[in-house]
Amino acid sequence: MIVASDSVPKLWRMARLQFDPVRQRPVLLYPEGAVLLNDTGAAILELCNGSHTVAQIVTILNDRYQADVSSDVTEYLSLMAERELIRAG
Amino acid sequence: MPGEIPTTLLAELTHRCPLHCPYCSNPLDLIRAESELATDDWKRVFTQARELGVLQLGLSGGEPLLRKDLEELAAHARREGLYSTLVTSGLGLTRVRAERLKEAGLEHIQISIQDSDPDVAERIAGVRSVKHKQTAAAIVRELGFAFTVNVVLHRANLDRLGEIIDLAADLGADRIELANTQYYGWGLLNRSALMPTREQVERSREVAERAIQRYRGRMQITYVLPDYYEPYPKACYGGWGKLYLVVTPNGMVLPCHGATQITTMQFDEVRSHSLEWIWRESAAFRAFRGDSWMKEPCRSCPRKATDFGGCRCQAFALTGDAANTDPVCTLSPLRRVVDEALTEPSREMPEYSYRSIAGEPVRA
Repeated sequence: MIVASDSVPKLWRMARLQFDPVRQRPVLLYPEGAVLLNDTGAAILELCNGSHTVAQIVTILNDRYQADVSSDVTEYLSLMAERELIRAG
Repeated sequence: MPGEIPTTLLAELTHRCPLHCPYCSNPLDLIRAESELATDDWKRVFTQARELGVLQLGLSGGEPLLRKDLEELAAHARREGLYSTLVTSGLGLTRVRAERLKEAGLEHIQISIQDSDPDVAERIAGVRSVKHKQTAAAIVRELGFAFTVNVVLHRANLDRLGEIIDLAADLGADRIELANTQYYGWGLLNRSALMPTREQVERSREVAERAIQRYRGRMQITYVLPDYYEPYPKACYGGWGKLYLVVTPNGMVLPCHGATQITTMQFDEVRSHSLEWIWRESAAFRAFRGDSWMKEPCRSCPRKATDFGGCRCQAFALTGDAANTDPVCTLSPLRRVVDEALTEPSREMPEYSYRSIAGEPVRA
């Protein structure tokens, strides 16, 4: 349901995105856990702020990367939703 | 490559605690208040931990709220970029202190629950505590912290697992961590009173699996099985000196909170060395890193990359040699010491030896 194109994904309120200077990469921190991210993952999650639909996130990132990233975005969001790190807004 | 990068630091700020749980993960030889690290020592440790790569900080104890500088330490951790969890009994978590912790940037609070039955809960804790915990839970929720309930499971509460999970949901928990007792220190001392029967373990596994489905999307449930009933040992924190470190109230740095019971080892401390030196160079952290220390049957076992030979503390406690295979493993030639322990629940349940900081354990 979260990955339907008109749903509005939101990062779990207890998860925090930050850059880790030690590992030189973005990380997602949450209770008792951390996910090391790549730049694309971080770009997707930054847009999961409750004000963009999945379709809008895809448009923004297609534009930024000048490529069709729609299946990457959907797949990534499904994975993060499965881990309950993003919720439907 | 700079070598292993740790993700998690457990800071045992104090061993003082209002509770007397007979399975406490603190060592039998508890550190007294006068030996505790000063505020500046802890701040330096947190800064060094972040520089080493630590992302998650557990502010634990004993009861960490007994440290008057807890808010200052939480604020420092947040400034350094650590994600902190307060691991508390809930006793002493007044609204004023919770508000100060929120202001300090603390994000996550874990409150322990002993049982859903209040009388049994207080018998386990050895003190009146149920009302305090309910009040604390309400404050945690109201102030918008991430909220985890944690429960240690054993013979006296395992049959109420379903009710315990429902209680956590009623208290408004985002998560519940259900961990069967680990038999080190106090837990080992009380093992014959704590060890559940195989039937209890099997029923509880089903209860947990059903609850995980039922609460999906509302409350996360993690369930840690009792390793004595498993065929293979647990992968202790991803291996010795790989991801995890513990600093004790007096500043000793351990690869695992139970490591001081390996009495043949020396551990270095943060007042004499940097955390980085201890992590990378100290003999204790290097002792069981990787797999070159392993003996048979681990050395040639394909599972060594999965469970790293199990727990070094358990190997020492049950076999007398920390380099032996964790005897929980059915491939261990010493598995019989675990099998013998599994006969304990068929005997009459002894009284608990309650955790106590002042000399001898207290009998009920």
